[in-house]
Amino acid sequence: MSKVIKVGMADLNVCKSPDIITTIGLGSCIGLTFYDPVAKIGGMVHYMLPDSTQMNSSANIAKYADTGIEALLRKVLMAGANRGRLVAKMAGGAQMFQVSGMSAVSNIGERNALAAKAKLRELGIRLIAADTGLNYGRTVELHCETGDFYVKAIGKPIKMI
Amino acid sequence: MGKFTLEEVNDRYVDVLREIGNVGAGNATTAIASMLGIRIDMNVPKVELLEAAKLGSAICPEDEIIVGIFLEVQADIEGSMMFLMKMDSARFLVNKLMGRDAEDEKEFDEMDLSALKEIGNIIAASYLNALSTMTNLVIMPSIPYIAVDMAASILSVPAIQFGQFGDNALFIQTEFGDDVMINGYFILMPEQDSYEKILTALGLSL
Repeated sequence: MSKVIKVGMADLNVCKSPDIITTIGLGSCIGLTFYDPVAKIGGMVHYMLPDSTQMNSSANIAKYADTGIEALLRKVLMAGANRGRLVAKMAGGAQMFQVSGMSAVSNIGERNALAAKAKLRELGIRLIAADTGLNYGRTVELHCETGDFYVKAIGKPIKMI
Repeated sequence: MGKFTLEEVNDRYVDVLREIGNVGAGNATTAIASMLGIRIDMNVPKVELLEAAKLGSAICPEDEIIVGIFLEVQADIEGSMMFLMKMDSARFLVNKLMGRDAEDEKEFDEMDLSALKEIGNIIAASYLNALSTMTNLVIMPSIPYIAVDMAASILSVPAIQFGQFGDNALFIQTEFGDDVMINGYFILMPEQDSYEKILTALGLSL
């Protein structure tokens, strides 16, 4: 039987086959996963903001793309994943309200997705699938037995990326 | 940039928010009662301070579908505000407004959504008026935007907004109703310097 490990907002965790790691209701946040298909070890971070260096409060590293993705990498490597085999997938980064773009949060989803791409490039880890943007919430699951990444949204068929 | 964080929020500021909640909900209740032609009572609002990252499950399970109405505010205060309702409350209000049976559970269509937007607009304006009156600051709301989606997804918007300058979030819970109680949650998200303006206007500067 597989266990389901839940990742909250501004949170991260690792997962081994046959378990499943999930986060519920991503809005503008990003759920990013690492997965080693040989060791069948994965992990997920659910971060809220793109950049810890521009903030005056950065106590929680899982809150930001830069520090959160680095922390997740350390954690999956510690759990036994091989860095050279790691691949990344991500979802989220929606714009929940179609505002005109006046406030700082209006394009935060997009900036969150871009921050992940920049960080992955820097770390040299391939992003092999992404389902980001648009205007709806997403629940995501990474199945550590297969590396399948499921995206569920209200009123839409389940997507596997 | 100021150094204001919600961690430093004192009891008097919470009292002020509760008062804004009180007056705002009072105004909203009157407006909605006359719009729907029903009698409505309200309860004393509750102000809650909680961790921003826990906001997703603050009003119901994270994957429960809720209605969120979002407005940007500008002029003396810059920022945004949200009004949130659970589905049963939203349904009740829409059914009343559209003259349908109270138990009608059909999915919201475009007309329903625009009716909800209007209700949200009235409620939001009621709170903003209360804030404006108490602070003597000019507050101009934008048009309302609506989302019907998972609670955690909608609440990620205020969580991120608050998350930018601290780890805590503040929201006001109000209850109004007649036979059916409407549960609403009001979240005010001023930009950082606007917080200080509000506090200063209230004589509560840190």
